[in-house]
Amino acid sequence: MTEPQIPVTEDELHAYVDNELPAERRGDVEAWLAAHPDDAARVQSWRAMADALHARYDSVLDEAVPKRLEIERLVRQPRKWIYGAVAAALAAFIVGGGAGWVARGVIGSPSTFQNFTVDALDAHRLYVVELRHPVEVEASERDHLISWLSKRCGYDVKAPELEVTGLKLVGGRLLPGPEGPAAFLMYESPTGQRFTLYASRADMKTTHMHYASSNGDGAMFWANGSVGYVFSGAVDKERLNQIAHLVYDQTEIAGG
Amino acid sequence: MTAFRDSVETMIPALRRYARALARDADIADDLVQDTLVRALRSERLFLGGDIRSWLYTILTNLNKNRRRSLARRPQFMPLLDNNPDASGTEAEGRDIARALSTLVEEQRSVLLLVMLEGLSYREVADIQGVPIGTVMSRLARARAHVKASLEGERPALRRVK
Repeated sequence: MTEPQIPVTEDELHAYVDNELPAERRGDVEAWLAAHPDDAARVQSWRAMADALHARYDSVLDEAVPKRLEIERLVRQPRKWIYGAVAAALAAFIVGGGAGWVARGVIGSPSTFQNFTVDALDAHRLYVVELRHPVEVEASERDHLISWLSKRCGYDVKAPELEVTGLKLVGGRLLPGPEGPAAFLMYESPTGQRFTLYASRADMKTTHMHYASSNGDGAMFWANGSVGYVFSGAVDKERLNQIAHLVYDQTEIAGG
Repeated sequence: MTAFRDSVETMIPALRRYARALARDADIADDLVQDTLVRALRSERLFLGGDIRSWLYTILTNLNKNRRRSLARRPQFMPLLDNNPDASGTEAEGRDIARALSTLVEEQRSVLLLVMLEGLSYREVADIQGVPIGTVMSRLARARAHVKASLEGERPALRRVK
């Protein structure tokens, strides 16, 4: 076996095993391995390592996928109850208000309003239970968070100060909304109760606050200018209403 | 079911395998996969095309990095027994490779698994980790050397049959 002209490098040995080596160099490497038993043994040990990895972990591929990882479940389940809750709240609002057509005119199409609130409650349920990463940007980077969300959402996002009610900002994240990006902010009480504010540009006219609740989660929703807001938390209506009005006052001052 | 969701669903077994090897603990591994899927599905409308497979591995890799960071100040618990002893017979070998993996630093373990177990290219792994290909290659070389030494060091008396 003749020695190849260009010595084979360590990187090439790895690339050879991983099928990343250019075809024209394979012959050189094979000749090199034939002449260098130490390198050949190392290459062999890497192949054995790959076999051991597959022997140890490939059985996972054949396991039944746990229910909690089923796509249908992840996609549909959080939405079912919310649709019910929001539809019920809207029906109560429209019927109870005794002015169905007026309501229709005020809040834009019911489906816009409904989709919006569904997305917000969906996000609320999803992230309040999240222990490890409830937010993307933490409150310690508040200025960055606000300017980032404002830029992405296309309006002047405000993170209301809710300290008087005992709530501290945890942070926020960007989410897809029904008609564009949505700003999602999370607040936390000293006892760890979490509240979220979901806001996004949406085709809705200014409206008063409305309330929906289900399974202990409550939501106050309203629209201000061209921005819709949903404030959610697992507390009674009075407490939620009190905090939501603080949010309302501070976002109204912002003019957005 | 949309084509997007179909593509995500097809990847679940491979994501579970990668997560299992990455995190060792089966429950933590499925937590990682669940968080990955939730994020991916939430972002369906933001996904502008491209390689869903790489994108999912990227999310999972990053989530695991976050998890390890948040665990960094807590004591590490090692399972006394693997939750999932290898069903294919070579249990001792399976435990050895799992133990050897657990001694690797995070980014080396990730490179090793993405290349050797999941069969991704150097280029794809470089994109997933956000580093140049050269960095992927040096991480892979160090990971292989470390695992080899670990396997040989732990069972010097046993003959490797291959």
